Amino acid sequence: MSRSPTTNEEDIEARLKNAEPASNRSRMQKDRAFRWLCIAIATVSVLVLVALLTSIVVQGVPVISWTLLSGTPEPEPSEAGMFPALMGTIWICSLCALITLPIGVATAVLLEEFKPRTKVAAWSYSLIQLNISNLAGVPSVVYGILGLTAFVSMFSLFGNATQPGAAVWEWGATYYDQFSNLGSDPFLMMSDEVDERYFLVPVENRTNPPTVPTEGMMAYENSVAGLVPVEVHVADAMGDLPTDPEVLATSIDSAAVPGRISEKAWYYFQLPLGRGVLAGALTLMLVILPVIIISTQEALRAVPSSLRDGALGIGATPWQVVWNVTLPSAIPGIMTGSILAMSRAIGETAPILIIAGIVYIRTSPQHLMDSYTVMPLQIYNWTSRPQDEFHSLAAGGIVILLGILLSFNAVAVLIRHRMQKPLS
Amino acid sequence: MSTVMETHVPAEERIRSFFVRPRRSLATVRLKEKAIFFVLICCGIFSVLITIAIIGVLLSETITFFGFEEVSLKNFLGSAQWTPLLGATKSFGIWGLISGTLLITAIAMCFALPLGLITAVYLSEYAPRRVRSVLKPVLEVLAGIPTVVYGFFALTTITPILQWLHGGFNVYNAMSAGIAVGILCFPTVCSLAEDALQAVPSSLRDAAYGLGGTRFDTSVKVIVPAALSGIISAFLLAIARAIGETMIVALAAGSRPQMTLDPRDEIQTMTGFMVQMAGGDVSNFGTEYYSMYAVAFTLFVMTLSLTLIGNVIRKRFRETYE
Repeated sequence: MSRSPTTNEEDIEARLKNAEPASNRSRMQKDRAFRWLCIAIATVSVLVLVALLTSIVVQGVPVISWTLLSGTPEPEPSEAGMFPALMGTIWICSLCALITLPIGVATAVLLEEFKPRTKVAAWSYSLIQLNISNLAGVPSVVYGILGLTAFVSMFSLFGNATQPGAAVWEWGATYYDQFSNLGSDPFLMMSDEVDERYFLVPVENRTNPPTVPTEGMMAYENSVAGLVPVEVHVADAMGDLPTDPEVLATSIDSAAVPGRISEKAWYYFQLPLGRGVLAGALTLMLVILPVIIISTQEALRAVPSSLRDGALGIGATPWQVVWNVTLPSAIPGIMTGSILAMSRAIGETAPILIIAGIVYIRTSPQHLMDSYTVMPLQIYNWTSRPQDEFHSLAAGGIVILLGILLSFNAVAVLIRHRMQKPLS
Repeated sequence: MSTVMETHVPAEERIRSFFVRPRRSLATVRLKEKAIFFVLICCGIFSVLITIAIIGVLLSETITFFGFEEVSLKNFLGSAQWTPLLGATKSFGIWGLISGTLLITAIAMCFALPLGLITAVYLSEYAPRRVRSVLKPVLEVLAGIPTVVYGFFALTTITPILQWLHGGFNVYNAMSAGIAVGILCFPTVCSLAEDALQAVPSSLRDAAYGLGGTRFDTSVKVIVPAALSGIISAFLLAIARAIGETMIVALAAGSRPQMTLDPRDEIQTMTGFMVQMAGGDVSNFGTEYYSMYAVAFTLFVMTLSLTLIGNVIRKRFRETYE
């Protein structure tokens, strides 16, 4: 135990007798004190977690109701719900997973399974690797800004696109000019003899001038049964109205100006993307791509190389090795990583806030370009209001969100547990 | 020969016929391999393109920002007055936002770094297996909670407690946001530092115990110094996370950019400003809008340099053991 070389035996003895026991005791005391400090700190951190969860559960659980799950956001807290946000989350996250997984896994396969042979290749590989680890450290709000420029407005190549309906190029939308049979006739409006009916005339292009009503024009009636073709009569605005009630019901004013409406299929696509679901999903892709790449790399690294060597030995090409041997055995690890990355995507708020803005959304998204809100954004929206009722709504939303995230985590843990048997 | 491939044969048959079936032409196989490799390379390049896009977008829009008449680089770097929304007296002094960010980061790190390191030492060197098996999942749960939840927690739980302890706290204050960011960063520090401590070979531990060291001596004088590079890069990562953290500060820190050291005051961080701009109805082509890019660029430079420093430390100062 003595630290300096001594020549005198008595000195050593004296040290052992006097100094060492004392310093030993103090060292032991230090050790014990540190152990207690550690235990205290660990307890505090667990207590903080417990406090966090309790405060949210206490505030949130009483609010959870069917209304909260299935309702739309309302100005009145007792009627408000988060169904559109729930649907928005499902849309955004499934789209994001569909886009990110192939790219992420492919990048990881490139880095792990196709090792560089030349010096230049090795250099560019390490560049990609460094770049990925740096991307993982970029704050998500910066990705939001990037998404705003790159996806929402497409670098302003197509003009200002943040305004709705500013699309330059689109696909999957049908435009109609809508007429009402009551038209602009104020007398007809007041009588109850005729029910109001709407007629839609398809328009080739959304920039075409409004359709001029002509006698015998074929139009679609927007009825309960869907779109029904109807022959439309034209009534002179200044003249007499048709006397036949059947004709009257299908007559429109000759001077009527239609309203332009559109029907968009779920695959409706426009350029620039605008503040829509697809732009949000692409932005989230940027956020979780490094996470997925890194976790996939780890999963691939865990596959024993004897499997690869075996496959190569019977004459498989590098890609055959990856596709038939490495990837199948790495799938549990990849799935665990992806589920954890997706649960991060579900909770991500800042980039979505930048992309979507705080808007009042009362419907779930209908197509790829539709405006949307997601659960964390709805929670943020409710939390940032001063009224306490909205705070408890937010707490309810948080409980639901945490429930979803915990079940995701549980699935990941389950998969990890299942795959724990060694491969070699 | 392709008909052999496409017909359905039982699996065993296929395996048996692997060695006798006519080979696909080598040229086809090589072409396919090349095509797939090309696709993979494209995916690899894509991730580099993202970085280039970030830098390009931020740089070009920041240059646009400095092209405006009312903006000057001198004002941006030399002032602490950040008042982009105040009509006539617009001033863009980034230090007003940076100081808020640094204040939050400092408060958060006061909690996260020491507590995280001590908990990591405890988990790695002291904890019985049962405690470890409880604490590790708890940390993982903490790491998986969305930040908007921490923001809610700060606003509705931490702030009232602080106000109860001391009357001087604003509804929005730096302290409560800082504590929440600290709680958020705690699992990051803890699990990364624990990984670094675990990576120290047990021969070092055994040697220290063999010399008569207590657990405290061993962990403080041997294990922690040996794992120092890993611990420092964990710290840097946590600091970068705290600087880039958005939703907590947007909810709990307030929106008054000012240079202050008083944690009871309302402040605004760089990320908080961006969220305020995105959530508001500011026109898309004004100076305020482009100031968002200048702020994002500053933020990006700060976090990127921290990550790069972390990489250098990990590479250069890593102690390698056999």
